[in-house]
Amino acid sequence: MQGFGDAFASAFGLILRLDADLLEIVGLSLRVTLSATLCACLIGFPLGALLAVGRFPLRGALSVLVNAMMGLPPVVVGLTVYLMLSRAGPLGALGLLYTPTAMIVAQTILVTPIVAALTRQIVADLDVEYHETLRSMGANARTRMQTLLWDGRLALMTAALAGMGRALAEVGAVMIVGGNIDHVTRVMTTAIALETSRGELALALGLGIVLMVLSLALNALVMGARAGAGRMAHA
Amino acid sequence: MLRLVASGPGPDAMVRLEGVGLTRGGRRVLDDLHLAIPATGITAIMGPNGAGKSLSLRVMAGLVAPDEGAVLRSEDLAGRQDIALVFQKPVLLRRSVRANLRHALAVYGVPWRQRRERLGELLDFGRLASIADAPARALSGGEQQRVAMVRALAARPRLLLLDEPTASLDPQATAAIETLIQNTAHSGTAVVIVTHDRGQAGRLADHIRFLHKGALAEAASASQFLLAQKSPEAQAYLAGKLLL
Amino acid sequence: MRSLVLPLVTALSMTATAQAEGEFIVVQSTTSTQNSGLYDTILPAFTAASDIAVRVVAVGTGQAIRNARNCDGDVLLVHAKAAEEAFVAGGHGLARADLMYNDFVLVGPADDPAGAGAAADIGAALTAIATARAPFASRGDDSGTHRKERVLWDAAGIDPDGASGAWYRETGSGMGATLNIATGMGAYALTDRATWIAFGNKGDHRIVAEGDAALFNQYGVIAVNPAKCPAVRAQAARTFIDWLLSPPGQAAIAAHRRGGRQLFFPNAAE
Repeated sequence: MQGFGDAFASAFGLILRLDADLLEIVGLSLRVTLSATLCACLIGFPLGALLAVGRFPLRGALSVLVNAMMGLPPVVVGLTVYLMLSRAGPLGALGLLYTPTAMIVAQTILVTPIVAALTRQIVADLDVEYHETLRSMGANARTRMQTLLWDGRLALMTAALAGMGRALAEVGAVMIVGGNIDHVTRVMTTAIALETSRGELALALGLGIVLMVLSLALNALVMGARAGAGRMAHA
Repeated sequence: MLRLVASGPGPDAMVRLEGVGLTRGGRRVLDDLHLAIPATGITAIMGPNGAGKSLSLRVMAGLVAPDEGAVLRSEDLAGRQDIALVFQKPVLLRRSVRANLRHALAVYGVPWRQRRERLGELLDFGRLASIADAPARALSGGEQQRVAMVRALAARPRLLLLDEPTASLDPQATAAIETLIQNTAHSGTAVVIVTHDRGQAGRLADHIRFLHKGALAEAASASQFLLAQKSPEAQAYLAGKLLL
Repeated sequence: MRSLVLPLVTALSMTATAQAEGEFIVVQSTTSTQNSGLYDTILPAFTAASDIAVRVVAVGTGQAIRNARNCDGDVLLVHAKAAEEAFVAGGHGLARADLMYNDFVLVGPADDPAGAGAAADIGAALTAIATARAPFASRGDDSGTHRKERVLWDAAGIDPDGASGAWYRETGSGMGATLNIATGMGAYALTDRATWIAFGNKGDHRIVAEGDAALFNQYGVIAVNPAKCPAVRAQAARTFIDWLLSPPGQAAIAAHRRGGRQLFFPNAAE
């Protein structure tokens, strides 16, 4: 248990000192993950609503595909995005490889299926409740989707949190497309991987503890906001 | 098959069902139904369970397409906001009362400029001003139904259809809803209410349509009908003896 | 909604590059140089002198070479001479220059169950391990270290592939991960000295064999060829390589120490 004690001590030390490197890494982790989660929600919310409420051919197949993509291995996504963004690849001219943008793209791909699949379930459940009423008001499909999405906003917050958790915790994708470059693309998870490969296990674990504290804080923040909004919502 | 008919439902009728038939799960739920709804006043649709009352409302509203027959609507009902439906269990959005009404105004396509004023009118009409900012779903059943009714009136529909709106409410809430219904009818909207409550029919209705086994068994003015029914089914029903 | 993605990505990428303003080059290099902390020591000196930031992508040698071939780097800095020369011969790099050297060492459990420490040279040490069927953790990832290791097995006349999964454990990982595995399962491993000295999880392991001439570890540096990779930052790459090969660069390399010991020995041609 010596290692754990060292790890906690290491974590507290870093946090209390407000270690500059740590702050930089935490800042980048937040930036990449929050951006990716935001993009994933912008795509995933309407996509999920469409899958729940729309009527179009291949809807069932698309739903199955989205569900399956929840299980995409991060390293595979990273590899695919790398091949796209590599100079030798189709989008190489954009010069996005080894930048935080590439990391955001990769994480967006990872997170969107989660958000879409959860949204689909949330909206479908709400649709059962609201379907007749909205139809009797003459609402078209688009209005229905907007209404259901807004009404399900609390549950959707949880869906977004689930996606964010996945992004914050993954290392495979950001390592490959970001390159773990010091001061440029090094985030919490890749830093942990690096320290582990240096044999600095206590420090790596300490960073892991910091990451978990960060995740806790983010979740608490959102749940607090959710509770506040919940008071205005439903029984 | 729905016949496309050039002529409307005829003078004095807001909507007419002609020979409407509907089969569900092997059962004939509407059977050669001929039903005319007067353009003014309150029409009560009565009948035992399974008579097709709720279904006939939905056919009138256009939510359900019949298998046979025609649904003839007055040209007053051309727009989608001209027919409004209120169900027995109100389904309100997870927002404040005010936001629910604003949402309805938007969906019904009420022009921007008019919305604020109309919102105030609706809140007054339903006596909802004091609870306008409360979360709609936290209200009592009676209050929610008032909101649902007022929401239905958001775009000044020409025809208001109510499906047993007070069946789950206590007498005080029922009285409040009935007041709203009467005020709505007085302002010129044609009202159709499905009800089991003979007393309610007596209090509200101008006309009665009695359905049995998916067809019209009797049509009369309310005063006439409640005094003396012509059809044996109606007589048995009001005497409490009608079995399916 | 999907149409929002591209503008969003573009906006985000603009903020990214806006922050990274200033010249930079991308160096594809190995985990051994990064793990030993060499870059932390020498790069600030270079950036101060030239105003060019250096972004190091530290992966296995095989991956570094492939990345450079894909034009995803401006400079290649690895320790696999044969592969480096092939890289230049294939037209992907301009010219290869010796940069610095150190050596490989054989590490293993303190009690040395296979008796590798008593062997006369590295070939005999490996033979002792194979004979004793003592666990051996190999990089297994086509890196410079891995290639050197295979050459040594070859020279000793041993083919460990048959024992893969038995006593010969191919981790397919970087040096650090492989060392973690080695100390974790009490296995021997071949590692460059710099990584070992800087390694924080030695546990019970120590250097068991060293000093054999065959364990020489030469690092080379190559500029990616702008003819094959038009987007390469050829000028800045040239500046970096020139600096590395020049007296200040070579001195910076020599000045890097861990635990009081020098890890890399500059040997650029005069």
